[in-house]
Amino acid sequence: MRAEVALKGRSFINALDLSPEEYEALFDLAEEIRAQPEAFAEVCKGKVLATLFYEPSTRTRLSFEAAMLRLGGQILTVADPQTSSVAKGESLADTIRTIACYADLIVIRHPKEGAAHLAAMYSPIPVINGGDGAREHPTQTLTDLFTIRTFKGRLSQLGVAFCGDLRYGRTVHSLLRALLRYPGMRFFLVSPEELRLPESLRDELQAHGVPFLEVEQMEEALPHADVLYMTRVQKERFFNEEDYLRLRDFYILTPERLHLLKSDAIVMHPLPRVTEIAYAVDADPRAVYFQQVQLGMYARMALIASVLGVV
Amino acid sequence: MLRVEPIQEGIVLDHIRAGMGMRIFQELGLGERGLTVALLMNVPSTKLGRKDMIKITGVLDLDLTKLGLLDPGITVNYIQGGTVVRKVKPGLPERVVGLIRCRNPRCITSTETYIVPEFTLVNPATKEYRCSFCGERVRV
Repeated sequence: MRAEVALKGRSFINALDLSPEEYEALFDLAEEIRAQPEAFAEVCKGKVLATLFYEPSTRTRLSFEAAMLRLGGQILTVADPQTSSVAKGESLADTIRTIACYADLIVIRHPKEGAAHLAAMYSPIPVINGGDGAREHPTQTLTDLFTIRTFKGRLSQLGVAFCGDLRYGRTVHSLLRALLRYPGMRFFLVSPEELRLPESLRDELQAHGVPFLEVEQMEEALPHADVLYMTRVQKERFFNEEDYLRLRDFYILTPERLHLLKSDAIVMHPLPRVTEIAYAVDADPRAVYFQQVQLGMYARMALIASVLGVV
Repeated sequence: MLRVEPIQEGIVLDHIRAGMGMRIFQELGLGERGLTVALLMNVPSTKLGRKDMIKITGVLDLDLTKLGLLDPGITVNYIQGGTVVRKVKPGLPERVVGLIRCRNPRCITSTETYIVPEFTLVNPATKEYRCSFCGERVRV
């Protein structure tokens, strides 16, 4: 079944809302768009995407907006809800129902967990979760899976090392859960004690019988990884500056450490980067994090077109 | 030994965990319904050692989800003409709507208070439920 048939009119709130088969169909479409963007340049003509961002995010918002514009659609943006009716105390449910009168599709980012789920409950048009608190960021997972498939040619039989903030990093949690559904995966979890993967997720890994190794040193994981997924230690997830500063520089990928990585491995990062990947690494062909950004746009184009049922 | 007459029409809540009877009495609002109610505490029981019981005369629509949540081991006996006509063991409900609130301060239900919270049972052994909005687990 083609993705646009399966996804038309559907919201995308959690990374696991889509089956591996639906992801595959989306990736096929994203590849088609990437190979021949001009063929899709007007498929969303007459359609409007509303981006409603309650939290600062240039990257995700621009990626969605670029995706919609490249499909020939138009955009309505509420980049700062404090200047809108929200400042007057309007409920999220009412804001969503109002915006749904103007647009065909809503992308929402909100600091509260479950906000996108609530939005989808009240919205008569499809809602895409652009990130809700520390919980979900499904289109980042879409991007990450598409990147792995593009560079490794498969989403199975891979050693994936996650490095940095595994406790609060929602991109890590979503991607891990999505990868659990593919056969032959092995995980290397590299973090300081304070930022270890939450126990509930470790339980999930164990329940799936997926081999994983928790280590504190990057060097122990790098030689085994086909994919190295670096993450930022996010300041906003910490209660005090001291803890943040102490842990921020714990794991930095340097050219010296890069030597330990397989020659055909890839280095990914959801970006923005702070200090965790040295700039000297950028020139290495294994560093694919900026290609990842572009692939994310194509994946979002495929998602938008499928949800709107225009291809 | 203290004896309470058998009832002819009504409901007997049996096998209440000892000490929970008063809470269930209050949660069900039994004191406010004008019904004749007997709350028995620390009744000797072969199954539980000690148990609480509540006998209610008259017709009453009980919230079995709430009862199951408060004490999953409870037995609800419906009495007609002095005999038990139906026995129900509510157990832990799979889905709970509106009875518990999420304790996660980052959950959307903490600010958008018009939302009716929803929880799904994830681990009956630990009585753990998951918030349908934020995914936070709570033990009841």
